[in-house]
Amino acid sequence: MTTNLMIVAFERPAIDWHALAPEIVLLSVGVLITLLDILFLEKARPYMAALSGLGILATAIPLLTLGIDGTERVLFDGAYVVDDFSLVLKAIFLLAGYVVILLSTNYIVDGDYWESEYYGLLLASLMGMVMMASSRDLISVFVALELLSIPAYLMVAWRKRDPKSNEAGLKYYLMGVFASAVMLYGMSLLFGVSGTTILSGIADSIESGDGSSSVMTLGIVFVVAGFAFKVSAVPFHTWAPDVYEGAPTPVTAFLSVASKAAGFVALLALIFVGFYELSNIWEPLIWVLSALSMTVGNLVALRQKNIVRLMAYSGVAQTGFMIAPLAVAGHSLTTGDQALSAVITYLAIYAAMNLGAFAVIITLARRTGTAEIDSFAGAFHFAPGLTVAMTIFLFSLAGIPPLGGWFAKFEVFRVLATSGEAWGYLLAVVAAINSVIALFYYASIARKMWADDSKEVELNSVDITPSLVSALGICVLVTLLFGIFPQLVARFTEVSLLALGT
Amino acid sequence: MENLLDSWGLTVVTFSPLLGALVMFLLPKEKEYEHKVIALVTSLWVAFVGLMLLIWFDLDATERLQYVVDKSWIQAIHSRYVVGLDGISLPLVLLTVLIVPLCIVYSWNHFPEPKNPKTFLILILVLETGMIGTFVAQDMVLFFVFFEVVLLPMFFMIAVWGGPNRRYASLKFFLYTLFGSALMLVSFLSLFFLTGAESFVFSEIADNVVAHAVSRTAQLWIFGGMFLGFGIKVPMFPFHTWLPDAHTEAPTVGSVILAAVLLKLGTYGFVRIAIPLLPEAAVEWAPWIGLLAVIGIIYGAFCCLAQTDMKRLIAFSSVAHMGFVMLGISTLTDFGINAAIMGMVAHGLITGMLFFLAGSMKERYHTLEIKRLGGLLVQAPKMGWILGFCAMASLGLPGLAGFWGEFPAILSAYNPANGLPVETFRTFMVVAALGTVLAAGYLLWLLQRAAFGTPKEEFAEDPNIHDATKTEWIAWAPLLALILALGIYPNLVFRATDGAVDASLTPCLTIDVDQLSHEEIETTDCPEVYGLLDHGSDHHAVSKGS
Repeated sequence: MTTNLMIVAFERPAIDWHALAPEIVLLSVGVLITLLDILFLEKARPYMAALSGLGILATAIPLLTLGIDGTERVLFDGAYVVDDFSLVLKAIFLLAGYVVILLSTNYIVDGDYWESEYYGLLLASLMGMVMMASSRDLISVFVALELLSIPAYLMVAWRKRDPKSNEAGLKYYLMGVFASAVMLYGMSLLFGVSGTTILSGIADSIESGDGSSSVMTLGIVFVVAGFAFKVSAVPFHTWAPDVYEGAPTPVTAFLSVASKAAGFVALLALIFVGFYELSNIWEPLIWVLSALSMTVGNLVALRQKNIVRLMAYSGVAQTGFMIAPLAVAGHSLTTGDQALSAVITYLAIYAAMNLGAFAVIITLARRTGTAEIDSFAGAFHFAPGLTVAMTIFLFSLAGIPPLGGWFAKFEVFRVLATSGEAWGYLLAVVAAINSVIALFYYASIARKMWADDSKEVELNSVDITPSLVSALGICVLVTLLFGIFPQLVARFTEVSLLALGT
Repeated sequence: MENLLDSWGLTVVTFSPLLGALVMFLLPKEKEYEHKVIALVTSLWVAFVGLMLLIWFDLDATERLQYVVDKSWIQAIHSRYVVGLDGISLPLVLLTVLIVPLCIVYSWNHFPEPKNPKTFLILILVLETGMIGTFVAQDMVLFFVFFEVVLLPMFFMIAVWGGPNRRYASLKFFLYTLFGSALMLVSFLSLFFLTGAESFVFSEIADNVVAHAVSRTAQLWIFGGMFLGFGIKVPMFPFHTWLPDAHTEAPTVGSVILAAVLLKLGTYGFVRIAIPLLPEAAVEWAPWIGLLAVIGIIYGAFCCLAQTDMKRLIAFSSVAHMGFVMLGISTLTDFGINAAIMGMVAHGLITGMLFFLAGSMKERYHTLEIKRLGGLLVQAPKMGWILGFCAMASLGLPGLAGFWGEFPAILSAYNPANGLPVETFRTFMVVAALGTVLAAGYLLWLLQRAAFGTPKEEFAEDPNIHDATKTEWIAWAPLLALILALGIYPNLVFRATDGAVDASLTPCLTIDVDQLSHEEIETTDCPEVYGLLDHGSDHHAVSKGS
């Protein structure tokens, strides 16, 4: 829509249709779903999930052709770029979106919630993420961010008969808008100093001496803080537990993986393309955010009784791990590239293992009717398959080889150690201690599921729907494969933004 | 055949158990008999391949890595799939492939509660992959991955099939070892970056440590990280507290594997990685390692004397025995490290056997409280004799395997490597020798209380208490035979290890300064830390023991 308006108002810039094909396909499917809903009402309802799933798969086709083609496409004077970095992330978003649709299928039907709108909004949010991966300009970053956030506010409140869900929706909305406002203010400061919204232009202006301006510093701090909210880094994490708990669980999975990844993407683009030269400003900021997120997230997670809240805090701690490489990214160009790969690797692996964990939680909670950790006790006796899967995801999150998570953590440690700076080593030690703390609660859940006696009298097995089986299958497979053959993920995530920025 | 073994032998021996586990995973849980057969056949096949590897192993070149496979694995981080077998790994790999089938045979009819043979056996097989992989890996990242793979199955084995306090013990075991390995990983990584090596392969890192002259301080820190990682696994005093809990709570088979193989991963790490890669740091750390080792010997022995539970007593005896192994390693001599590897194998056989016995006794008496036991020789004479045999072996009776682990380790402390304080190590030697007396004390006392005398009233008429069964004999006979065989002919192990150990130590540690003139010593180009130059003068006064 935004693009259309621009085309009318200005002289039409040259458009590379191939580069925009994924977005166009996704948009068409979203529109199609809305239209079908209007035309056929209830009759179309059962096909919506399948249709949106197929739509996402169809979007992957142009992505594939772009990947095979491999040339870097720069659109709109550098405001929108399709390169390896953006393609990898778009693929992660689409895969995560697909798994979320698999997770939602039965959940939404069983709860008797609105379906067509749900999938329409999900696709719209996904569209925002896909755009975010290519955005290299403050305005498109902001538009993408709002496009992905606003549908998410609605989806969080989807269980509208449940006050908790409503509370979560409102909370998420208010906090989100507040963060957007802060970020927007930061962006306006950046624009004020540099006179351009294009990130590489900002980088040029920093190089030419505007970097010393204190207004620039303030702008960077505000923008980073805004995205710290999006990725739920301490101290901007307070919304996460309540929202995660109140939202429908598939939406929680979506927020914890895709939405967080989108925040990271924007952060990466801003830091590497825009502010790379000013590493003395953002490095300490990220260092503090990282150390705080890891420590606070893990310590609070230790006390949680509800698995979804626990996953929220564990997600905060994982955020700390993910941004840790950025704390030394300004050391040298090589370190910067490695840090970038490390973050993307982590995002890809994290998406698989976290979505998998939520898939198990959704299935088990459907049976037990509650998300209290105690209700999972003895799951090994009534749901052995799910227990094994959950074990894989939990220990992958903890970073135990040969499960995917180890490579993600390994990459983080590698970058922190490469920099050779005392600060890097210190953060590595903080991270090492935190992995042990995290293991405690992950292993406790696993132990509870395996070793404790079930609270329930009847031990009939859990019914698990085909779509959940496929979601679990995808996640288990990816988690294991990435762990045993990390080269699979490493060869895609070896991308660079710095060559472009400098 | 030889070609096939050369390129595939180690990969097959490492991953066959995993394949078996995968097949079992796909088979429904109800088919218990099929699961047992698949697990046994898999482990026997692995043992067979292990035997083939031994037969084709070139014992005249044990210092050379054999059956080497070098394939690209994770290019992005320069980590490679490099596996190889030399004289140091060989005995430990063979020990592993021997113990696992015996454990499966032993479990055949008595799976601990809550049964579920499928999962139990899958865990054992995954464990086997991890253990063999650690012993053959020649790349730091690969080593780390295998080292960690071992954790999960053991965690579940303790947490699900363990004793009453299993929840606490399993988590404690997990957290302790993970903490160590996290620091170990940081050490590995910093070593890699400081040396600027092209890959994580051990030999290349070792070359680069010399070539890049990594600073002394960095070496000391890195060795410290590895020391924590491996030392917790061994476990050395004061990091040993997870061990008694884990051993006491683990199911019999878990204890056996833990004692027989898992503890060796730590000592193996010292011998394979820490010392060869960072010999200079090793020289500075060695006295402290030696000190902790002898504290472990004495402390472990005293704890044994205080125990009221037989299984816990055996667990603490492991702390003491691993103290001897670490003492041998800390001398940094060819002699001491050979003794240490012999000690590892002997401890694996003997303590593994003792845990088997403890498990069988628990099954009969439903308790292992020593004061309630008694008269085993009356009620189950064969088991009583086996207990006596193992106690003798464990206390280091000449003619049985334990002797060749302990005695040379003590002896080696008389004459530690260049650069180590001779007087300190001789003190250690005396203290360690006292430790053997204590060992005799607690083991004989255990034997006296458990096996001699008449059965206690509560068990006197218990029909449940019978002698060793056929499956038990099948599981035990190979261990008993090996304890005797190694005791009579220890060269079975030394033959393999000697060349490899010698080659793994830098000449600076091992050259005999007395045989060289001052000029010759100067040409050796050894760093100051080995103390070669100031060694000569005062050393003549103290006559060298051979």
